[in-house]
Amino acid sequence: MTAELPAVGEAGSPTPDGADPPPIEVSDLSVSFGDVPVVSGVDLRVERGSLVGLVGPNGAGKTTVLRAIKGTLSPDAGAVRLDGDPAESLSAREAGRRVASVPQETSLAFDFPVRQIVEMGRTPHLGRFDGHGPDDERAVREAMDAAGVARFADRAITEVSGGERQRVLLARALAQEAPSLLLDEPTASLDVNHAVRTLELVRGLVDDGRAALAAIHDLDVAARYCDELVVLANGGVRAAGPPEDVLTAAALRDAFDAETFVGENPATGTPTVTAFDAIDGGEPDDGGAGSEPTDSGSEPTDSGSEPTDSVEPRRVHVVGRGRSAGRAVARLAVAGHAVSVGVVPEGDAAAGVAADADARAVAAPPFASVPSERRDEAVALAREADVTVAVGKAGRAGRTEPETGDEPGANAAVLAASDRIVRVDDNFGADDLLDAVRERDGTDASDR
Amino acid sequence: MHAWRRSAGWSAGLAVTLALVAVVSAAIGPVRIPPTEVVKAVLNALILPAGVETTSQGVGPLTVSGVNIAYRSPFAFPVDRVHQQIVVGVRLPRILMAALVGFALAAAGTVMQGFFRNPMADPSIIGVSSGAAVGAVAFIVFPVALSATLTLPLVGAVDVTLSHGAGVSLFAFVGALAAAFGVYAIATRHGRTPVATLLLAGVAIQTFLGAVISYLQLQAGESLRRIVAWLMGHLSGAAWSDVAVTAVVVPPLFVVLLVYARDLNVMLLGEEEAQGLGIAVERTKRILLAASALITAAGVAFAGVIGFVGLIVPHMLRLVVGPDHRVLLPSAALAGGSFLVAADTVARAGSTELPVGIVTAAVGAPFFIYLLMNREVHEL
Repeated sequence: MTAELPAVGEAGSPTPDGADPPPIEVSDLSVSFGDVPVVSGVDLRVERGSLVGLVGPNGAGKTTVLRAIKGTLSPDAGAVRLDGDPAESLSAREAGRRVASVPQETSLAFDFPVRQIVEMGRTPHLGRFDGHGPDDERAVREAMDAAGVARFADRAITEVSGGERQRVLLARALAQEAPSLLLDEPTASLDVNHAVRTLELVRGLVDDGRAALAAIHDLDVAARYCDELVVLANGGVRAAGPPEDVLTAAALRDAFDAETFVGENPATGTPTVTAFDAIDGGEPDDGGAGSEPTDSGSEPTDSGSEPTDSVEPRRVHVVGRGRSAGRAVARLAVAGHAVSVGVVPEGDAAAGVAADADARAVAAPPFASVPSERRDEAVALAREADVTVAVGKAGRAGRTEPETGDEPGANAAVLAASDRIVRVDDNFGADDLLDAVRERDGTDASDR
Repeated sequence: MHAWRRSAGWSAGLAVTLALVAVVSAAIGPVRIPPTEVVKAVLNALILPAGVETTSQGVGPLTVSGVNIAYRSPFAFPVDRVHQQIVVGVRLPRILMAALVGFALAAAGTVMQGFFRNPMADPSIIGVSSGAAVGAVAFIVFPVALSATLTLPLVGAVDVTLSHGAGVSLFAFVGALAAAFGVYAIATRHGRTPVATLLLAGVAIQTFLGAVISYLQLQAGESLRRIVAWLMGHLSGAAWSDVAVTAVVVPPLFVVLLVYARDLNVMLLGEEEAQGLGIAVERTKRILLAASALITAAGVAFAGVIGFVGLIVPHMLRLVVGPDHRVLLPSAALAGGSFLVAADTVARAGSTELPVGIVTAAVGAPFFIYLLMNREVHEL
């Protein structure tokens, strides 16, 4: 089930001597609730100075893996090692000194002051009758400052907001001062500001040499902060590695059963994932390879392909530029069509999207005449395409001067070579575009 | 250390309160005795070890050295002999019994509320009170048969003469522990005892034992009156020997609970959280359950089912001192002692004595309703 599993965490580990056992190592972990297997054959490891994100659809077993590492449920098979020692051989106290965890929620019916909740993080360091020493006081104070809870330290935990409560739990885990951190959806109920601050904080701790494993829902956030991602789906590891390797349309389709477009976040330069309803585009032709084990996801390709004949993928060429053309490329690619685009200026938004979508783009230097070989290349692509989509101004360009050397002229030539043309304006509706492309003998979408 | 200091402060204050309540209680009754005379009478009864005498018995190498401790009374206040007898012989054992039972029930109630993470839990929740009731009622209905089962294995070896009262208490104690263990065994699987299962098993066992008690009452005939009196809770007839037994059993169990007070705090976060913070959850649960069951059993074995002390006192004190068990547990226990002494004083102050359980329920329920209406009882 995990044949494709790469060893996570080998690269980028800052520890100079590789002999050190990793803080968290899970091998061949299987857990079931009664007769229902939840996860099976999960392997992962988290090195010092590494933040590993656990991503996957709801019910994939992310929390189960975290609980198995924490030791709150006992695995059916496999082993969890903390700093090289089998977790089950450690006392609860010793495990509490090695791993601190931030749960998704806490249900506390009694109104303890926030400060006392944070102080409870020191429990594994205290003997039965020990009071808090200077070390404990310092750890609690630093944890409260770092997590930003010092301001409401004396309020009752039952009286603070959900986001504040989550930060209290983070502060408690920090006060534990364990070398490894487990986080279960640490930002789920936080506003953007606190979500970023929380992850920056975790990132800082990791850069200082701790190890962290976080179940994260938001793929963009996971990509931005994690060194590695482990994709869990259907109870097993589907992919693992650096975010830019793991977050691909094919891997995400396999894991999430959804069509996604993976681009690059212009602000952070990390992958950004946009999901679309899978029904829009139907099943892509290359989807069969990775999806046999998914019972539900493979149905449309195996048995249900006849009724959904109309959504069969096609070869589509896009003419246009800018964001609107980029949007067309993205939607068509996600819908499973094989897309090409051109001629576009180098550095155009459409070219960037095409690169993210693995679509072929014919680019020419901006503000200059289009080299004839570029034009011919685009014309050839349009000729072999089933449909050419003309977006915005490109669709309205006159056909009168195909020989002009500039970009509109080149694109006029491209349109002239096309069998069928779908014209859409800049504010096209995605469904209209996809419907128009699907129709074999349909008229222009611009008629609508 | 801060919490323990706060704990000591509250405990000292509440211990003084308990002493005052006890003195006032001892002054009240058919014969009114001034509180100063009560104090003097109590001091007169105090004995301190004064010295050690060694005695030797036997001959030659077989000499056995015996140690006799000599006692003396440090005080000799002039107190009316009848008053002295009433205070020390009649009222004091009953007051101490009330204090011990209230202490035990409130301590167990505090722990159960924390354990079940529910401010509505009380010591009877795991079937202890029902089990005690079945044991006691069974002995009241079939005293001879049950005495026989008890003495049979010992016939010839020891001369066992079981007074009726002691028999009821013994069977109540055994019944309480049997019920609690039954509930625990039902709820435990693969070494884990989920709290929710425990709660439901407790409800089921209580219902079943309720049926048993009803059936025994039908069979009771003329002992029905005594059964009803026991079931309503009573402290009349407490003798120094009963006090001595309870006083030996309750304090060590309380110390066990107190030792686990911080763990109980962490357990309030939820079992998974507690485990993550280094608490051996299942072991801690077993110890807390066993100690609370024993301390409750010790309380109800003599006094019968006294409701509301274990529910309302911890709840009240939580509003006053906060949820930290290091402070709450001793405070609630001491306040429980005061509460039951006061309630029992009311119960015996009238022309006809009432079972104390009626008083605690009659006073406790309206007060609880007041709390519900005026204070927010969280998460309910």
